[in-house]
Amino acid sequence: MRLLLLLPFVGLLIVPLFNSESPEIAGFPFFYWYMFAWVPLTSLLIWFVNRNQRSED
Amino acid sequence: MPGNINWTALSVFIFFFALVTVIGFLASRWQRGGAHKGAHLDEWGLGGRNFGTWITWFLVGGDFYTAYTVIAVPALVYAVGAYGFFALPYTILVYPIVFMIMPKLWGEAKRHGHVTAADVVYGRYGSRPLESAIALTGIVATMPYIALQLVGMEVVIKALGLTGELPLAAAFVILALYTYTAGLRAPALIAFVKDLMIYIVVIVAVVVVPMRVGGYANVFSSARDAFALKGGATGLTLHPGQLLPFATLALGSAMAAFMYPHTLTGIFAAKDASTIRKNAIFLPAYTVLLGLIALLGYMAYAAKLAVKSNNDVVPALFNALFPSWFAGFAFSAVAIGALVPAAVMSIGAANLFTRNFWKPYVNAKVTPAQEEKVAKLASLAVKVGALLCILLMPTKFALDLQLLGGVWILQTFPALVFGLYSRRLRAPALFAGWLAGIAFGTWTAFADGVKPVHSLIVNGDKFTIYTGLLALALNFVVAVVVQALLRTPAPVPARSRA
Repeated sequence: MRLLLLLPFVGLLIVPLFNSESPEIAGFPFFYWYMFAWVPLTSLLIWFVNRNQRSED
Repeated sequence: MPGNINWTALSVFIFFFALVTVIGFLASRWQRGGAHKGAHLDEWGLGGRNFGTWITWFLVGGDFYTAYTVIAVPALVYAVGAYGFFALPYTILVYPIVFMIMPKLWGEAKRHGHVTAADVVYGRYGSRPLESAIALTGIVATMPYIALQLVGMEVVIKALGLTGELPLAAAFVILALYTYTAGLRAPALIAFVKDLMIYIVVIVAVVVVPMRVGGYANVFSSARDAFALKGGATGLTLHPGQLLPFATLALGSAMAAFMYPHTLTGIFAAKDASTIRKNAIFLPAYTVLLGLIALLGYMAYAAKLAVKSNNDVVPALFNALFPSWFAGFAFSAVAIGALVPAAVMSIGAANLFTRNFWKPYVNAKVTPAQEEKVAKLASLAVKVGALLCILLMPTKFALDLQLLGGVWILQTFPALVFGLYSRRLRAPALFAGWLAGIAFGTWTAFADGVKPVHSLIVNGDKFTIYTGLLALALNFVVAVVVQALLRTPAPVPARSRA
């Protein structure tokens, strides 16, 4: 479950994945909206992991 | 603009500054609760360890996303483009890290009554040298950080048309006085005002500015054209040689972020572990804000601004595109934005001094009430020190020191975090690793002309990596090797010092 929290690291640290200007959304080049998209996505992942983890402390 | 005082903007600015000053002094009575410990460092230095989800959200948000960020991130984006956006992955990746580490660390601090990172380390390993190493790193890394908050304030004070050092010194004296009186409660309460103001400013800016300059498509294309003209390592996307520095700066900064005394103070002041977990979920809202603030650097191109110093790009944008009352509001938001982190930083540094230098080396029998007194005085000393730094030192030097501060504070990661999961590495090994990391990091950074990244040549290929992360790798390897050489038997039971 906690391994899900590795996803943002994979998505944001392998920079060649998103180092491009297209496709654009609403004037935003890919490089920018892709990184912005990871903000709510990371929040959601943390929320999901938090909801499903046993209360251990 | 320089020399001409903008009276409307200045009046708005003074109004808000006066407002937060009153709030700062009133804060000492706020959130006292039934469990108030009277004169006790937990009260002054950690707000009674009683902050719930909302207060923690505003406090940590106001404390981590500093005024300097509002000025410096758009300045870097304006100067180099995509590379400056490493702040975005940095402030995203920090939250999975906070979620995994900080609830545990908070629990350990709460159980044993620890106030600082160095307390935690001493409690775990019982080593005075390691405790001092962690405390010293925290204090030394924080001083230039406070100085930078002053740089942020200086920039907006200048944009109001005021000259000389007096306004800055006056603002700082006020800050010092209410921090002395109210402790962590002052920045926590002011953070509400500051964060709301910053949210309003940024939301208005990201809606209105593109409307005035022809939409986001035009914002990006103006920046693209400007970078094409400028050449070099600039542009809307990264150059091949920037990929690795971008990724390692993001990761290293994310690991370092909550090792600082000011961020850790915000964490330790939380009421319970679930407060911290919820904040890891909701604090990323500030990251969206930071990303939008970074875009101001591109908007400056669309608005056809030309600035002498990159740091003036945000104030110049507001002065150019908004009526002066709103520019004044925006500048107050930035200046107040400097006060919150500066207050928490000085409290964090003062706690370290009191708990990890005064108590072990000056007066071992210090009572909680005396601790509070020492910490209050230390917070004044820290702020005077930071003010002198900025008045006497070239700003460039403060910037360089802050950069080194990131490299240094990252070297406390093993001692503070590894012990949560395994006690295999003991104090002598961790100390040796810390020393190696600090020495290598400092030497490398200076040898590279105080740049944050270092190039390694492996088999003829060049790899450019964040210096702090390289130093951390060395830190870890040295710790493991020293531990293997010492081969300490059975772990020492954890000591507590309540």
